[in-house]
Amino acid sequence: MTHQHTVLCGELRGYLSDYLDGAVQEAVCREIEKHLAECPDCRVQVDTLKKTITLYRLAPREEVPAETHVRLWKVLELEMSH
Amino acid sequence: MDTDIAWVHAAQRGDTRAFAQLVERYESRVYNLALKMLRDPQDAEDVLQETFLSVFRHLNDFHGDATFSTWLYRIATNAALMKLRARKPPPLSLDAPAESEEANALPREVADWGIMPEEALLNDEVRAQMDAAMDALPESLRMVFVLRDVEGLSVQETAEVLGISVPNVKTRLHRARLALRNQLAAYFARAGEKSKP
Repeated sequence: MTHQHTVLCGELRGYLSDYLDGAVQEAVCREIEKHLAECPDCRVQVDTLKKTITLYRLAPREEVPAETHVRLWKVLELEMSH
Repeated sequence: MDTDIAWVHAAQRGDTRAFAQLVERYESRVYNLALKMLRDPQDAEDVLQETFLSVFRHLNDFHGDATFSTWLYRIATNAALMKLRARKPPPLSLDAPAESEEANALPREVADWGIMPEEALLNDEVRAQMDAAMDALPESLRMVFVLRDVEGLSVQETAEVLGISVPNVKTRLHRARLALRNQLAAYFARAGEKSKP
C-alpha cells in the first residue's frame, strides 16, 4: 500500500527540531508520535535528523596540539607576570 | 558548574592556580569551538589565546549574571567572529536574512541510516563528510549549531552567547540541522548505491 502524504506531514516538519528537543507541548507530542507510527516517510525524516545531531554530538573533540597548549601558557604567564 | 564559580572567585582574588584550573577545564572546548567555526588550526589557536587573555584581563567584570561557561563562550564566539570579519568583508551579521532554503528540500532517498548505531557510522569517511557538511553551512547557522548541538548549550544560553533572540536561535538551529542532515543523507544514498552488487 502506498503511503499518502497528509497535511500533518507538512505541519510536522515545522515542529521537528522542537520535538527532538522535547520542547513541544504534550498534546502536540502525542499527535506527532501518532503520525510517526503511521507515516514511514516522516519517521525517516525524524530518525535521520536525530541521528545527525547524535553523530555531531558524539564525534570526538580534536585534541589541543601540544605546541598550541605550550604557546597558550607562554602568553598567559607573560600576562600574569605584569 | 559550582566549582567554576569557586575558581572564578579565587582567581579574582589573585589565585593563579584557580585560573589555571579554569583554563584546563575549558581549553579543549574553546579550541574545538574555534576550530569548528573557523576551520583553521592557526586561527583556532589565536582565538584560544585571545579568549583566555580576555578572560584573565576581565575576570573582575564577571559578576555571575550568566554562568561562567556562557560568559566564556561569549568571549570565544566574539573572538571567532572578529576573525571571520577580518577574513572576508563585508562583515557577517547574525541577523542577516535567511540563507537559501535548500535545507527544506527533503531528499527523496529513504535511507535507513537514521536507525543505524552510531558506532557503525562514526568512521573516518563519515567524519570527513560531517566536516565537509559543516564547512558548507553559512557561519550564522554553523555558530548556532556548534554552540547548541556540539557544545550542548541550551537554546537560551546560545541566544545569550550570540546576542540573538530565542526564536532566532530555534530557526537557525532547525535550518542548520536540516542542511547537515540533507548533506549526510546524500552521502549515505551515494554510499548505498556504490555498495549495491
